[in-house]
Amino acid sequence: MAITSIMIVGVGGQGTLLASKILGNVAVSQGYDVKLSEVHGMAQRGGSVVTYVRYGDKVYSPIIAPAGADIVLAFEELEASRWANFCKKDGTLIVNTQRIDPMPVVTGAKNYPLKTMNELVEKQIKLIPVDALALAKQAGTVKAVNVVLIGVLAKSSNIPKEVWIESIKNTVPERFLEMNMKAFELGYNV
Amino acid sequence: MKEIMLGNEGVARGVFEAGATVVASYPGTPSTEITETIAKHNEIYSEWAPNEKVAMEVVIGASIAGARSFTAMKHVGLNVCADPLFTVSYTGINGGLVIAVADDPGMHSSQNEQDSRHYAMSAKIPMLEPSDSQEAKDFTKLAYELSEKYDVPFMLRLHTRVSHSRSLVDVGERTEVPLKEYKKDINKYVMMPGMARKRHVVVEERQAALQELAEQTELNYIEMNDTKIGIICSGICYQYAKEALPNASFLKLGMIYPLPAKKIAEFAKKVDKLYVIEELDPFIETFVKAQGIEVTGKDLFSVMGEYSVEMIAKAISGTNIETLDVKFEEELPPRPPVLCPGCPHRGLFYVLKKLKLTVTGDIGCYTLGALSPLDSIDACVCMGASIGMSLGMEKARGKDYARKLVAVIGDSTFIHSGITGLIDVVYNKGTSTVIILDNSITGMTGHQHNPSTGFTIKNEPTKQVDLVQLCKAIGVERVRVVDPFDVVETEKVIKEEVAADEPSVIIAQRPCALLKSVRYTGKVTVNQDKCTKCKMCMRIGCPAIAWKDGKIMIDHTQCNGCGLCLNVCKFGAMEKVGE
Repeated sequence: MAITSIMIVGVGGQGTLLASKILGNVAVSQGYDVKLSEVHGMAQRGGSVVTYVRYGDKVYSPIIAPAGADIVLAFEELEASRWANFCKKDGTLIVNTQRIDPMPVVTGAKNYPLKTMNELVEKQIKLIPVDALALAKQAGTVKAVNVVLIGVLAKSSNIPKEVWIESIKNTVPERFLEMNMKAFELGYNV
Repeated sequence: MKEIMLGNEGVARGVFEAGATVVASYPGTPSTEITETIAKHNEIYSEWAPNEKVAMEVVIGASIAGARSFTAMKHVGLNVCADPLFTVSYTGINGGLVIAVADDPGMHSSQNEQDSRHYAMSAKIPMLEPSDSQEAKDFTKLAYELSEKYDVPFMLRLHTRVSHSRSLVDVGERTEVPLKEYKKDINKYVMMPGMARKRHVVVEERQAALQELAEQTELNYIEMNDTKIGIICSGICYQYAKEALPNASFLKLGMIYPLPAKKIAEFAKKVDKLYVIEELDPFIETFVKAQGIEVTGKDLFSVMGEYSVEMIAKAISGTNIETLDVKFEEELPPRPPVLCPGCPHRGLFYVLKKLKLTVTGDIGCYTLGALSPLDSIDACVCMGASIGMSLGMEKARGKDYARKLVAVIGDSTFIHSGITGLIDVVYNKGTSTVIILDNSITGMTGHQHNPSTGFTIKNEPTKQVDLVQLCKAIGVERVRVVDPFDVVETEKVIKEEVAADEPSVIIAQRPCALLKSVRYTGKVTVNQDKCTKCKMCMRIGCPAIAWKDGKIMIDHTQCNGCGLCLNVCKFGAMEKVGE
């Protein structure tokens, strides 16, 4: 199989690492060669964070360069705009429409860009907007934004739903499972 | 059985399977998870040492005593333990010794971009470089055998994209390796001039043997393909280049010091055009050129930052990948990292900025106090440097200057290499004020214990360094403890201590907000009737507080109810709800 390259982008603390773990386990269970790349340390402290997941028959590079991603799964709107050029020309951009102000916006030094999503639509980029924060609240916790988005990703993948559910079961702690399953379903049915 | 593992977990697995029994390290991104993973195995004694030098000395002792031993560090940690490193090269080892060092090209979480390969060459210690998690495990295991065969420590060079990438690893069993016999041998282990001169001869003989190993080892192999392009590379660059140039021929180097001169010459003859692809310095390229072989490397590639598949494809094949046109009308603001909501350091930096002090800083989460709106730090160089730098500033500009000067340093960093700086202040009659940010944990690297937390790497209770008593024993008579969230008291204490014409230490004590034991409750809301829109609360740089539509607003997905803003607002407009 040709390599599938998925980028997960967001803000440090949003749970992008857990999402990439779930996705990685899904790919492993399908018998693919898999590589994931993460960022730890300083960059995790509320900064812009990126995780790469690649799977296929044989994967060499663990990272993805501009125009290299089949799917960019963005946990936040500004981060979606920032990393949109990593999407292949025929790639898909899944965007949680939640907006988290970066410090330069908080301090008033810069403005949060409000029109970028419209511009992306005008450029005919395949864009799936999701209000994952609202769905996560509906599932019972704002912390489940990541699993809602995994649900959306699962729907647009060609890997069976049960495989995703199994991976979530193996990744999240037991006591949060019910909430996360609800979050996954809400994302899957967007 | 195959498991998906971080490169760091691969190294840890290799250490485990090789039967190592003593491991000592100091945390440092991107190397930390190696030792954290090893600590889960009860067959291995593991510890967080106070710094990399002590860690290295512990594993040298363990090796001399006959145990397979291991230490891991980030690239700058290797600087800290360079002293024992250069001499253990002379003594050699008894039980196998492996030293892992993780470089950070692109500086994801580091203060410089140094290339550790130079250390292997200058210390005359062989170095292996894995390119994925499987190799990380295999090379580590092999390094133990080679270390014992050649009587030398082996270094393992890692890279952020190897350490922090996950890929599949074939997991094996642990082999228990009995302790080697320890025999007193002062000619081998006591490095005084008379003995060291003899050992230097041994080192040079060993160099010749290791050069032969480099020629013979299967770690260095040729993959012949189309002969138009030949690539010499190692580590992560091999992965990038294989994907970028699937038809090229490769000389893949798993052993990067010493380098195999004959094998390189043999490969060069077989290809029309030879390239070296290596991030950072032209380490391999310089060697190849010294052999009189024509090669292209840094003419095409930068000595700075990371490479990628696309960069290599473009530079060598001229392939241009069509990218999406995603230029936006509006500017995309950057998203620099920030102190977390509830971070204990925030209150302190708010006060330091208010007092307009000159601040020498140190390495940790709190280095973020340099960024807007806290803007509090003037200089940050390396672990422990804040205290020495503040003394230097005082000696350069005089005692009056010290009346508006402080050093800030974390608890773990103070233990690592701040104590000696403080001794210098006292001994050489400085009058600096040192603020120890005691958040009860090593924060930035992801919550590791240290000698000031009272727990070991295995979470066992242990003796806890008493920072107050320690400072007093050094000779600091003025030692104060404050809660940095009590901004009024903190301001008062800092003013008093900075004014004092003698050394002083302020310990700002409040645990990291991410610790499980820290449970802030409720959320803050703004009473808009009381809010005067003075924006004082925005000076603490809390990501949960924003100015929106002409009002101060609290983002409840970020607010954890820590309450610092209640202490900063003079009008009582911040109110806690939901407690």
